[in-house]
Amino acid sequence: MSDLTELYQEIILDHNKYPRNYGCLDNYTDKGEGHNPLCGDEVTVYWKLGPEDIKALSFQARGCAISQASASMMTQILKGKSVEEAQELFQLLRRHLTQECEDEEFPEELGELAALAGVRKYPARIKCATLAWHAMCDKISD
Amino acid sequence: MPVVFLARGNFLFETRLILIKLRSMITTIDVASIRRDFPILRTRVGGRPLVYLDNAATTQKPAAVLSALEKHYKESNANINRGVHYLAERATDAYELARKTVARFLNVARSEEVIFVRGTTEGINLVAQSYALPFLKKGDEILLTTMEHHANIVPWQLVSERNGAKLRIIPITESGELDMEVFESLLGERTKIVSLAHASNTLGTVNPVKELVDKAHAYGAIVLLDGAQAVGHFPVDVQDLDCDFYVFSGHKLFSTTGAGVVYGKYELLQSMPPFQGGGDMIGKVTFEKTTYKEPPARFEAGTPNIGGAVALGAAIDYLSGLDRVVLMEYEHDLLQYATSLLSDIEGLRIYGRASDKVSLISFTLDGIHPHDIATLLDADGIAIRAGHHCTQPLHRHYGLSATTRASFAFYNTREEAEQLAASLEKSKRLFG
Ligand SMILES: Cc1ncc(COP(=O)(O)O)c(C=O)c1O
Repeated sequence: MSDLTELYQEIILDHNKYPRNYGCLDNYTDKGEGHNPLCGDEVTVYWKLGPEDIKALSFQARGCAISQASASMMTQILKGKSVEEAQELFQLLRRHLTQECEDEEFPEELGELAALAGVRKYPARIKCATLAWHAMCDKISD
Repeated sequence: MPVVFLARGNFLFETRLILIKLRSMITTIDVASIRRDFPILRTRVGGRPLVYLDNAATTQKPAAVLSALEKHYKESNANINRGVHYLAERATDAYELARKTVARFLNVARSEEVIFVRGTTEGINLVAQSYALPFLKKGDEILLTTMEHHANIVPWQLVSERNGAKLRIIPITESGELDMEVFESLLGERTKIVSLAHASNTLGTVNPVKELVDKAHAYGAIVLLDGAQAVGHFPVDVQDLDCDFYVFSGHKLFSTTGAGVVYGKYELLQSMPPFQGGGDMIGKVTFEKTTYKEPPARFEAGTPNIGGAVALGAAIDYLSGLDRVVLMEYEHDLLQYATSLLSDIEGLRIYGRASDKVSLISFTLDGIHPHDIATLLDADGIAIRAGHHCTQPLHRHYGLSATTRASFAFYNTREEAEQLAASLEKSKRLFG
């Protein structure tokens, strides 16, 4: 697989074209905003927090396929997770996108997010892949 | 009689043919030979030849510039204006020769009107800090335009925060040209400075600066032209334009980074306090009082980018060896060709349809974000720019956060425009 087709895997392109949980969430309990001043990408993540877990998530974004797909997949994978679990998943994803675990396979917990592995060859794009995660996880841990 | 007519007709026809042939000989430059002057254009990206279409960000450098730079450091390097030794004189002469070369290039009245700075950004900051800050007061107005680069917005904001001057914005029309009617309605007794791009780095629009200068002068306002995207594309005559300041960056004129120019009318420069303090700009220094040199030295504190100035002189000499009118026609043709190729791509929208444009095209493509386009094109060896191009207000005007920009120079070719279009089609297929 070329670097390019590895970067733009089917799953990524699909989430880009048909983003899941797109739009503003009714009765959200909080939202987080992310902005990449370098490229102007913007994302807003909305979530509804229950007593134990995250009940629902949605997002709105203007950005590249990588940031769009990552946000879309995030809204799926974090549903039903506790705040703590969400933070752990984010840390796990981050470690696998950056140098720390560069050659390792993505662990199973990350599910579809493994499709983001191609980003590792494009260091400038790692920020795109983590934009929505930062928008949410930096806020929700407050 | 009929025979004579026929002969005459034939003669005319043949002359016309010859003229057409001559014209096409004149207007087709030898691109292959020009490309050989730019060593970096031989680069291969992942096995493919580089297609460099990011010239608005920075241009490539001809071998003549690179060797002038090397020769300077090998044969003439010393600090300027300070030593009396052999090399110090050679370096000072080289630096001042570069100033004269720039003076000729812009057709200034006297070479003391040419100040070397780091680039356009520093140049605009110089005028903002040394002209606008001391001379404007609360309620005075500075006119900018919607299409300005951040470098022609933020320096004026910094000034206005301190002296209370007000920024007013000349809007643009649908095609990306200045709304001259609104411009005239904005002009008034309070207008002190009009500062605008000679050519826009995002829309490509070449503004009718001569007319703007005339109208601004009628109200006693001075005009600064940001020539960053102009000088590399067409000849500029500051006396003809009658602008008060003209600013550009050497690195967008086929020279190295770190050296640029502020042209200012001498009386204005003479009235202005220094921009920065330090060595080389002083007459006499005591702890009580320092006197300043006359322009341009007053505005060149410290050791300047001597090598950069020398390189800039070499870049201008290189351009002088080419017929710039022919280069302009060539670029114009290239722009039209690329525009027509891109216009044929479904879902592609071009921003900036001014009748007078420099050779750059900013666009969006339905369903593919500019950053993805940049990555996809890079895989084909094509270098373009994606993002806001330091014109966020302009992008906001169009309701966009980013566009893709392909910007051409005279060393680019029709084949490269075709590769750009083909690669965009390919990207569309990948993104379905
Ligand atoms: C129109 C315009 N103004 C100003 C600048 C700033 O130039 P520099 O970064 O060389 O100072 C640029 C370059 O991007 C430009 O295109």
